[in-house]
Amino acid sequence: MSDYSFVGKERVRPDAGDKVAGRTPYIHDLVRPGMLHGKIKFSEHAHARIKHIDTSRAKRLPGVRAVITAYDTPEVRVGFLADNFALKRDKVRQFRDEVAAVAAIDPDIAREAVELIDVEYEPLPGVFSPHDALRPGAPLVHEVDARGRPRTSNLVDLKYGHHTGDLEAMKRASRHVVEGYYTTPRIQQSCMGTAGCIAEFDGHGNLTIYAKTQIPFLAQRDFTKALEAMGLEGCGARVVVPALGGGFGTGLDTHCYEHIAILLAHKTGLPVKILYDREEEFAYLSPRQSAETRVVQGCDANGLLTFRIVEVLQDNGAYTSWGATYPSVMMLPVTSLYRVPAVSFDAKIVYTNNTYCQAMRGYGNPEVTFPIESNLDELAREAGIDPLELRRKNANQPGDESPMKFRIATCGLDDCLKAVGQGLHWTEKQGQGRKDARGRALGVGVASLVHVGGSGRIYRSDGSGIAIRLDDFGHAHVAYGGVEMGQGLVSSLTVAVAESLGIMPEQVHLNQTDTAACPWDVGTHASRGAFMACNAAIRATKLLRDKLFALCPGVFEEIAGKASAKGKSKDEAAKIVGAPGKPEDYELKHALVTKRGLPDEAWAKVDLAKVLRAVHFRQAGTMLSAEYFYEPPSELPDWEKGIGNMSAAYTWGAQGVEVAVDEATGEVEVLRMINALDVGHVLSPQALKGQVYGGIAQGLGYALYEEIKSDQGRVLNAGFTDYKIPTASEMRFPIDLVFVETEDPNGPFGSKGVGEPGLVPTAPAIGNAIFDAVGVRLKELPMTPERVSVAIDAKGRIDR
Amino acid sequence: MRAELRFTLNGAAVEAFVQPQARLLDVLRDTLGATGTKEGCSEGECGACTVLIDGRAVASCLFPALEAEGKRVVTVEGLRQDNGDPSAVQRAFIDKGGVQCGFCTPGMVMATTALLAENPAPTDDEIRAGLVGNLCRCTGYVQIIDAVKQAAGELATKERS
Repeated sequence: MSDYSFVGKERVRPDAGDKVAGRTPYIHDLVRPGMLHGKIKFSEHAHARIKHIDTSRAKRLPGVRAVITAYDTPEVRVGFLADNFALKRDKVRQFRDEVAAVAAIDPDIAREAVELIDVEYEPLPGVFSPHDALRPGAPLVHEVDARGRPRTSNLVDLKYGHHTGDLEAMKRASRHVVEGYYTTPRIQQSCMGTAGCIAEFDGHGNLTIYAKTQIPFLAQRDFTKALEAMGLEGCGARVVVPALGGGFGTGLDTHCYEHIAILLAHKTGLPVKILYDREEEFAYLSPRQSAETRVVQGCDANGLLTFRIVEVLQDNGAYTSWGATYPSVMMLPVTSLYRVPAVSFDAKIVYTNNTYCQAMRGYGNPEVTFPIESNLDELAREAGIDPLELRRKNANQPGDESPMKFRIATCGLDDCLKAVGQGLHWTEKQGQGRKDARGRALGVGVASLVHVGGSGRIYRSDGSGIAIRLDDFGHAHVAYGGVEMGQGLVSSLTVAVAESLGIMPEQVHLNQTDTAACPWDVGTHASRGAFMACNAAIRATKLLRDKLFALCPGVFEEIAGKASAKGKSKDEAAKIVGAPGKPEDYELKHALVTKRGLPDEAWAKVDLAKVLRAVHFRQAGTMLSAEYFYEPPSELPDWEKGIGNMSAAYTWGAQGVEVAVDEATGEVEVLRMINALDVGHVLSPQALKGQVYGGIAQGLGYALYEEIKSDQGRVLNAGFTDYKIPTASEMRFPIDLVFVETEDPNGPFGSKGVGEPGLVPTAPAIGNAIFDAVGVRLKELPMTPERVSVAIDAKGRIDR
Repeated sequence: MRAELRFTLNGAAVEAFVQPQARLLDVLRDTLGATGTKEGCSEGECGACTVLIDGRAVASCLFPALEAEGKRVVTVEGLRQDNGDPSAVQRAFIDKGGVQCGFCTPGMVMATTALLAENPAPTDDEIRAGLVGNLCRCTGYVQIIDAVKQAAGELATKERS
C-alpha cells in the first residue's frame, strides 16, 4: 500500500544508545557554576492559620545563603485559577503547602536548615472528602477567590456539562436500565526521575530555568508573570528541558517549587537547584484526582443504547491545577464512546484539604471509562445480551457525528472489538464457569476506549511550531518545542523528517527543548506529541524541498556534469545532464538529488550536501531553513454545553482480558490480554509498542494495586515500599497487540495519537472479567484481594 | 572526620575522602562524577542505583561507601567493550526498545548483566524474578524482557564460539 522508506519500519530509538550508557543528563545530573541547593519547609497541618514563622536559627546555620518566606518575598501566584501562592502567607490548606525555603551550599545543610525553621500555627478544622466539603457550614478551604471576592462554598468555579437528546423520551423508550456508583482512587504518576529544577539569573535579570516540564512555553508565560510580580518587568524567562525521566502529566503545570527556586536564585544571585526525593515526590507532588461517579444507561429490546447519564464528583484538593479540568476530557467518552442518542453529564469539582491533584495520563478518561464500561457490562447482562455483542451493536462508525459534535472521520472500534473477541476465544470462554488446575475461577472481560487522537484543544492555540535548518553536510537540525519524556517522540519525529524531506534518519538531529531555540508549542499532552510534530514536520519539509528545488536548476547540472565528465569532453557532459530544468524536475530521496529524465547512474545522483554547499558558498549564497506553525483543524469546545470537535482525529480501541480469581483469597491474576488499537497508521513500531505496553502496566496498577492512602490530608504511603507499582512479575501475562490501520486523513502518514489509550480500558476490562469468573461486580478501584474477597463473601450471603 | 577510600571503578583505581556514613551512590555521582547511576527512591526499592560490586548487583543507595574499600565496582559507564561498542546487554536494550525515559535503564542494564553472569540461560520467570527489584514506569517491561532474552542468546552464542 505505501512505499515509505522509514515510516512503519522497525528502527531503534535515536536516544537509546546514550540512555543505556548512562550518558543522558537528567535534571538530577545537571550542575551549574556556583550552584546552591534549595529545600522547602512544608506545612505541618492540613488546614491552619500561620501565626508566626521564625527563620533566625536557620539563617545562622553555616553554609546557608538564604531563607525565604511569604513575608520577605514578592507574592507569586500559581495555579489554573491563580488560587495558589509560591509561599503561603496567612494559612495553609494542605500538607503540601510551602511555608518557607532555604538555599545552602549543599543539600545536607539545606535539609538541616529547614528543620531549624519554627512555624507557629493555629489549627483549623479541615474537610477531607468532597461530601464533607459540600456539607452546609463546612469550613471553607478558600474564603476568597483569586480576585479577592468572598466565596460561599467549596465548589471550584469551573463549569462542565453536556445535555443532548431527549433524555426523558429515551428513558421511556428503554427496555432495560441499569444504575451504578463507582469510585476511582488517587494514584501517583510515579515517574522514575523525581521532580526538580535549576533557576538562575543573568546580570540583567533574565531568568534561565532548567525545568522538568511538559509545557515549556506555557511555563515560560507563568515564569514571565512571576518575574513581573518580582519587579523584573521586561525581563526574559528561558525554559530549558533536560531529559525528563518520565512525565505522565506531572509536568503540565508550573509548580511552587519552581517559583521558589526562582525566588531563591534571585535573592542569592546564584543558580539554585531544588530536587525532590522520592518521599517528597509522593507527599508533595500532586496525584491523579479521585472520582465518584454515578452512571445510568439504558438500551432497547435489541440492545441499542438509548441514553447515558454520568455524574462525577471530584476531590480536587486544596488548589487548582490544569488537573481540575479533567471533566473536559471525561466528556469525550461520556458523549462519544458508542452511539448514544441522549446524554447527560455533570461534574462537580470540590476543594478539600487533601493534596491538590494534577494531570495524569488519560486525564479524566480512565476515571469515567471504568464506570461507563462496568455499567455497560451490567446492562448487557440485564438485557441478556452477550457483552461483546452489545458493544459491537453500538460501536461508532466512520462518518458519525457524536453528541459532542465530534466529526469521526476514521473509526476502527468494531474491528478492534472483533479482534479482541477472536484473540480471546470469547464465545468459547465467556460465561462458561470455568476453573483452572488450581481451582481458580476463570473469566473473560472486554472494555473499549475513545481518546483524542489528533491533539486535544484546551487552549486557544493547539499549535506546534517547528524550525528545520539544513547544514553544509546534508544534515537537518530540527528545533521542536514538544518534549521527549520517554514516549518516543524522538523516534516518530526523526522518521517523519527523514521520510518527508528525503534524507536518512541518521542525518536528522533533534534540538529539544529550549524556548530560546524552539518555536512555540502548547505542550506535550493529550497524546499529541507525534501527531503534532510529524504534521508540522511534513509541512516544514515541503517548504524546504520547494526552496531546494528552486535552487537546483544550473547547480545540479554543474555538479552532475562534473561527475559524468570522466573520459568525456565538457560539451558531451553538458549534453548528458541537459540544460537547467524546472524546479519540479528535481527529486530528493535518501539524501540524493536526482533529475527527471536522467539515467539511473551514480553520476546522476547528487549528494544533497554538495548542492547545499554550492548554493551556500557563493555570492548572495543561501542557507536552507524553514519554519512552520501547524494548527490542527479542531474546535475549542464550549465546556458548559459540552459541544465542540476538540480533536482533529479520534483514537479507538478495545482490550480483552482473561483472569483467574482465587475465591479463597480474592487474588486476581491476569492470564492474558488482547489489546486492539486503531492507530491510524503505524509510524514507529518500537515506540508504539512501548507506549501501549507501558500504558497497560499503568492500567493494571490502577485496576489492581495502586492507591494513595491518606489520613486527614496526610499521605500515608509515601514511597515504593508502601505504594506498589507493577513490577516485571505482575506483567508476566502474554499480551497480543493488534494495530488496526484506518489511515486518518488528518493524521501524519495517516497516524493518530497513541500516548494515553493503553491504560484507559484496562480496569473495566479486568472488572468485567472478574464478574464473568465469580459473578461479583467490583465498583471501587483498586480491585484488591480484600475488596474482591468482601464482594465474594457478600454474594455468598445473598446466594444463601 | 573523613576517611580515605580506595577501590577499582570500571577497571581504574580511584581514591576519595568520604564521610564515614557516605553512601556509595553519592560517592559515585558527586565525588567521582559517575552520574550514569541514578537515584530513584533512596530506600533500595526501585533499583535505579544498581551497580556491581565484585560482580554482585547492589543497590548503591543503601551501600556504605567505605565498604567498597578494595573492591571492584562497575557502573553503567564501565560496561562498554574495549572498542567502545555497547555490551551485549546494552545492545539488546537498544535493539529491543527496552528503553523509554531511560531513568531506570542504567539500573536495569546492570541488574541484567549480573543476572546473566549468574544464570546465562534464564527462563522468562527467572528473568522476571531477577528484575523484580528494578522498577520501570514507562515500558511495561515487555520489551525489557525481550532485551534480556536477546542478550542471553547472544552471550550463549559467544560462549560456544
